[in-house]
Amino acid sequence: MNGQFTIPKFKLPDFIASLGQKLPQWPHALALVAGLNAAHKMKLLPEAELDLLEGKLFRVRINDTGGEASYTYRDGMFRPVFRPDREPDLAFAANLSAYLQLLARQEDPDTLFFNRELEITGDTELGLIVKNMLDAVEWPSLPKLPQLSR
Amino acid sequence: MSSLPDLICPAGSLPALKAAVDNGADAVYLGFKNDTNARNFAGLNFDQKTMADGIRYAHAKGREILLAINTFPQAGRVGDWHKAVDAAVDQGVDAIILADVGLLDYARNRHPQQRLHLSVQGSATSYEAINFCQREFGIRRAVLPRVLTLAQVEHVIKNTTVEIEVFGFGSLCVMNEGRCWLSSYACGESPNTVGACSPAKYVKWDKKPGAMETRLNGILIDRFGDNEPAGYPTLCKGRFEVEGETYYALEEPTSLNVISILPEILKIGVRAIKVEGRQRSPAYVTQVTRTLRAALDSLANGSEGFHVKPAWQAELSKVSEGSQATLGAYSRPWR
Repeated sequence: MNGQFTIPKFKLPDFIASLGQKLPQWPHALALVAGLNAAHKMKLLPEAELDLLEGKLFRVRINDTGGEASYTYRDGMFRPVFRPDREPDLAFAANLSAYLQLLARQEDPDTLFFNRELEITGDTELGLIVKNMLDAVEWPSLPKLPQLSR
Repeated sequence: MSSLPDLICPAGSLPALKAAVDNGADAVYLGFKNDTNARNFAGLNFDQKTMADGIRYAHAKGREILLAINTFPQAGRVGDWHKAVDAAVDQGVDAIILADVGLLDYARNRHPQQRLHLSVQGSATSYEAINFCQREFGIRRAVLPRVLTLAQVEHVIKNTTVEIEVFGFGSLCVMNEGRCWLSSYACGESPNTVGACSPAKYVKWDKKPGAMETRLNGILIDRFGDNEPAGYPTLCKGRFEVEGETYYALEEPTSLNVISILPEILKIGVRAIKVEGRQRSPAYVTQVTRTLRAALDSLANGSEGFHVKPAWQAELSKVSEGSQATLGAYSRPWR
């Protein structure tokens, strides 16, 4: 990713969501969990905060693709949950572009929340733990934010 | 033309600290991972190692680290706050920002060489209060509460040799700084006691058809339509029914943004400009720091021809809480 690249705010057309909902959800869950476990393996995630996630059920929903992934953290590993039998402890819902902007550290979750582009429901404190844990990660090489013209 | 005021930026994590330094902060302020600071949120703030890394990073680039110990010692636990002061000195921070008079006294006597700043939570709005803290505790700088007009800030500066720091950007609240107990009214905990306003464990966002409800310890404090901007879940920014009308009875969610009056702030001799938001992410710190740096740098050769670039305002308004940015108390035609 070069220094000038910015992820624009976008919303995929509605038909994609209705199509996406009909597709199997397990690939999202597997991909997400694999990413989290990789970060964990590289010791990027702080142990003290990880302990607070033990046994919690999380759901990440991508509104404009209709995709949804549920996972939990148990015995030192993130694990996908394909058929959750209860409401999640913490649920995120946003369009794909908002997640991409968050991952690239281009936008702050509070900003997206204020602007109603990111929805957080469930255990708010758990949400804060997850947010602050991801904020504190020193990713090996961060994509650079574009410079303002001065 | 006097030299530019320092730009003081917030950090709740090491990546945020580095973002502040890399984007032009002169100093970064932090807190420990406990209730000795007023942003005591789960997963936020610095332990001994990350703070040491952060101090090293900032000092290598000639920037300063300020540490906020800005809550008030709780009964039976004064030792925890003393330990925090000792730890800050051991870590080698450039200054400690303190609010409590007892802690200022402790720090002054125990560590006479340590630079001390009076926190905004110390609630000193007059030069008499500030000069008292200088005489008794040797404070070198005071952060002014966000309740003074520009003329009042100037009056303070003219009557003290203590450096004056003011807020330049960030979320506003009712600003009864260091004395606010609204959060305790709803949940028994507030910034002054546990280091957090509306602690997350009491907050519930409930999605209803067409609206989102915010509850603080079960009390409904706001209901947002699907396209309405949301704010932090604090009592002071809630909408309440008063005499048959439902509205922001205490304070509307707004942000402070002083870019348009930067030349006046420089002219009256403000020594440092502070950005609110240790709870925010590295992305926010990057955006706000680089914008204010650019605005300040454009004043390096005098304020003639200073103009506010639309790109600065666009960047800042995007990250703001509430739908409007204001000049807060700085510009107030009435007294």
